Amino acid sequence: MIRSELVAAVAETHPHLSAREAERVVGTIFESIIDALADGRRVELRGFGAFSTRARDSRTGRNPRTGEAVHVDAKRVPHFKAGKDLRERLNR
Amino acid sequence: MSDNHTLTRAEMGDEVHEQIGLSRTESVQLVETVLDRVSDALVRGENVKISSFGSFVLRDKNRRMGRNPKTGEEVPIEPRRVLTFRPSQIMRDRINGK
Repeated sequence: MIRSELVAAVAETHPHLSAREAERVVGTIFESIIDALADGRRVELRGFGAFSTRARDSRTGRNPRTGEAVHVDAKRVPHFKAGKDLRERLNR
Repeated sequence: MSDNHTLTRAEMGDEVHEQIGLSRTESVQLVETVLDRVSDALVRGENVKISSFGSFVLRDKNRRMGRNPKTGEEVPIEPRRVLTFRPSQIMRDRINGK
């Protein structure tokens, strides 16, 4: 499933929404997750899963093409853990 | 940086209500619909790719032998399907203030 298919499925469940509104709804929801993580917050969606960020230390990496050593800054990376309900449904 | 509390469905519903001007009730229902449609696709065995957000990717794990860490006893871990998330470059950059 890709974004446009999700938008179409949402529009089908809420038939009085215009295609544009359905697109904005989907956009707003995923945007709110990125905004929260960027603000250092967690996102908890019971049954579905939780988004958080994890810290990565700076390290010396290598350009795989040239073999040259490059410094990689410390950063935060997004993490998702599927919720219990969803995990169980995937294996039924 | 704003307050550090956890973002939940209710607040996501508020965001939809404010941004799009739909009723609060419908806005919360829409959050649920979006999560349900994504979940349904994953349960059907489809990966879900949301451009500029990221991809939910299913992986099938083989059966392997594990160990009960408490008793040391060997126990089989049955084949199972796990869900992973691959964030988009946009999300990675935004989280690092780029």
